[in-house]
Amino acid sequence: MAESIPADATHGHDVHHHAEQSFWSKYVFSTDHKMIAMQYMFTGMAMALIGGFMAYAFRMQLAFPGIEVPGYGTVTATDYNALVTNHGTIMIFWVAMPVLIAAFGNFLIPLMIGCDDMVFPKINRLSYQIFLLSAIVLISSFFVPGGGFGGGWTAYPPLSAKGEYNLTSLGSSLWLVAVALEFVAFLLGGINFVTTAMNARAPGMKMFDIPIVVWLIVVASILFMASVGPLIAGAVMLFMDQNIGTAFFDPDKGGDPVLWQHLFWFFGHPEVYVVLLPAMGITAEIMCVFARKKMFAYKTFIYTTFGTGVLSFTVWAHHQFVAGIDPRMANIFTVTTLLISIPIAEMCFIYIATLYGGSIRLTTPMLWALAFVAEFLIGGVTGIFLGASGADIYFHDTYFVLAHFHYTFFPIAIIGTFAGFTYWFPKMFGKMMNETLGKIHFWGTIIPFNGIFIPLFVLGGAGQHRRIYNYQHFPDLAGVEMQDLRVFATVSLIIMLAFQLVFFYNCFISWRKKEKDAGKNPWKANTLEWTAESPPPHGNWPELPTVYRGPYEYSVPGREEDYYPQNVPG
Amino acid sequence: MIDRYVETLSTYAKDIDNLILLIGVLVGFWFILCEVIFFYFIIHFRAKDGKRAEYISGEEKSHKRWISAPHLLVLVCDVFIVVGAVKVWYEVKQQLPEPYETVRIVGQQWAWSFVHPGADHELGTADDIKTVDELHVEVGKVYHFKLEARDVIHSFSVPVFRLKQDAIPGRVITGWFEPTGTGTYDIQCAEICGIGHGVMVARIVIESPERHAAWVAEQSPITLAAANRP
Repeated sequence: MAESIPADATHGHDVHHHAEQSFWSKYVFSTDHKMIAMQYMFTGMAMALIGGFMAYAFRMQLAFPGIEVPGYGTVTATDYNALVTNHGTIMIFWVAMPVLIAAFGNFLIPLMIGCDDMVFPKINRLSYQIFLLSAIVLISSFFVPGGGFGGGWTAYPPLSAKGEYNLTSLGSSLWLVAVALEFVAFLLGGINFVTTAMNARAPGMKMFDIPIVVWLIVVASILFMASVGPLIAGAVMLFMDQNIGTAFFDPDKGGDPVLWQHLFWFFGHPEVYVVLLPAMGITAEIMCVFARKKMFAYKTFIYTTFGTGVLSFTVWAHHQFVAGIDPRMANIFTVTTLLISIPIAEMCFIYIATLYGGSIRLTTPMLWALAFVAEFLIGGVTGIFLGASGADIYFHDTYFVLAHFHYTFFPIAIIGTFAGFTYWFPKMFGKMMNETLGKIHFWGTIIPFNGIFIPLFVLGGAGQHRRIYNYQHFPDLAGVEMQDLRVFATVSLIIMLAFQLVFFYNCFISWRKKEKDAGKNPWKANTLEWTAESPPPHGNWPELPTVYRGPYEYSVPGREEDYYPQNVPG
Repeated sequence: MIDRYVETLSTYAKDIDNLILLIGVLVGFWFILCEVIFFYFIIHFRAKDGKRAEYISGEEKSHKRWISAPHLLVLVCDVFIVVGAVKVWYEVKQQLPEPYETVRIVGQQWAWSFVHPGADHELGTADDIKTVDELHVEVGKVYHFKLEARDVIHSFSVPVFRLKQDAIPGRVITGWFEPTGTGTYDIQCAEICGIGHGVMVARIVIESPERHAAWVAEQSPITLAAANRP
């Protein structure tokens, strides 16, 4: 396994064949992994704006029930359900997935392992095209008669299965088709990531010379491919229930609605790790570079990832403790769920240990990476309350759950993305971002983020259940103090959204700068992508690099410089 | 922690609160410890001129101890939490005590309907009292409920009892509670069930034995009259 790959096994072909291309083949129908990465990145960011706008609309309704939301209008109960459903769906499937796995995976894997492109460039292009189609189908579902699907992003039947119950028969079918198409896109992408990372590494790069982020994207792709099968089957069954009258999930005709929950969560729980692992990898890369430290116990970290991946397949029913499954099953799933705390705690300890003895520079990407660890920890420890069956009886389907998973998904999808984007921006565009604006954006995002979700923990503890468009209907939840917390969360959200303008402004002015001031290796990092031009041309390197050592040889004693790039002989 | 916000009105509510407190103390300890060390490292190891970072692989045993020892302690905490969680779970969901009465609870889009057994304490007889969005129970008595759903999945949730159970169409799920105080509180539907999910609210009225008997006596003639109507 740890043998080096002979140079001509994968790089025997001519790497100088990448000629100039027309606009269409360069930007639209490109097979270049970097261009596909950008397509995924900006589609994901555009979807994030849509998802963020939805959050704005329904949080305004929660804070000020019945008002005319500026830019949206009145949020009715129907609108509210469609907004929360699609907010969740978009943020997970059309933001976290494309940005973290597809965009960073596409951009980083070939550059970090030292090859000129993905091994299946055309499959890669097809993957993005199907993904784009899925996004269009999803958005079109808002505009059909009846409106968008409003049955929750988990789409539990019979509500999701019958038009007479959800009143959005076309919207729910389109929603389901969009999700299924999106899965197809990522199956194609996953095949590419795993194959490329395993087969196309630069000469000399052994298994344990692969940067952690590449390892973690590979593990995430495998988790995705192994878990998504049952859900695609479930989606087909649900589509047939909706449209041709089968009864897989219809109890009146011998079906079982809880079956869907098993299929959904068998995928749904590993899915958390599918997006978590790339974010953890990005964080690890950045922390090593800006602490000038070797990754603490690199191999243990990788093995821990494998452990997390395997365990993640055994915990799904903790989403169903009170869903009518045999109560005895809850005991088994409590044990497996709490076991997950072991590898995740280990990863956190490794991050902290990596900082020990470092020489830490708090650049914008480093701030984001550190914030990821600090905030994700909150998401991690609050998960214990929900994994423990006895406590979950109370917390299930309350705002405590909602705050918990936002404390995991926000660090993953938003903090992780900003960390990676600000870190690799010089490589993507050849220009440095403005540090002052970057830090304003950082604090303007992190502080209001906590302002949104800490009150929601309190509301959840006070028994506020989810997906209610107006809590004034519930006498025990209609008090002034609880309403104040809702207003506080909404105001924090608006502040956070406003600060995103700083980010886009920073991207714009940095991208418009005339001179390419980044150079090849602005952060003095070791990994191979920093040996290519910024931005790397089609084909990445004129001569593909050779690897001589692991990716985290920082501050090696006896060397004048405090970094030791992987491709430097010696 | 929870009783600061929500009253504790069932026999097992206190146990659930205590479990939440136990978890809170254990994970709180780890959380604070990790964050303190993390921020201390960030501040202490800031880059200084002329000072290089240390070269630590973390692969030697003497280094790995620093992550493997805490990690065993995490495992010990996990054992405590699992034992506590399973104990509470067993009490609430698996071990049903003998009931004083059984009530039928039906969720449908978008209301809760309740069937009380009436004066004879037996369900399925002529004096059953049917109500919509209002459940009357007597304090200090063990109740079983038979939970059903007519159309989609609902979830019967009573925060003051710390009780939650999904209602699945096509099934009858049995559970229990024993109220320990009187008053009127929310019954929620905790599972999204369509556009009326946000107005699917009911109330539980927990009464003293005298008041409950009076309520039953008041309802019975109406019920019997309805049952005897041709």
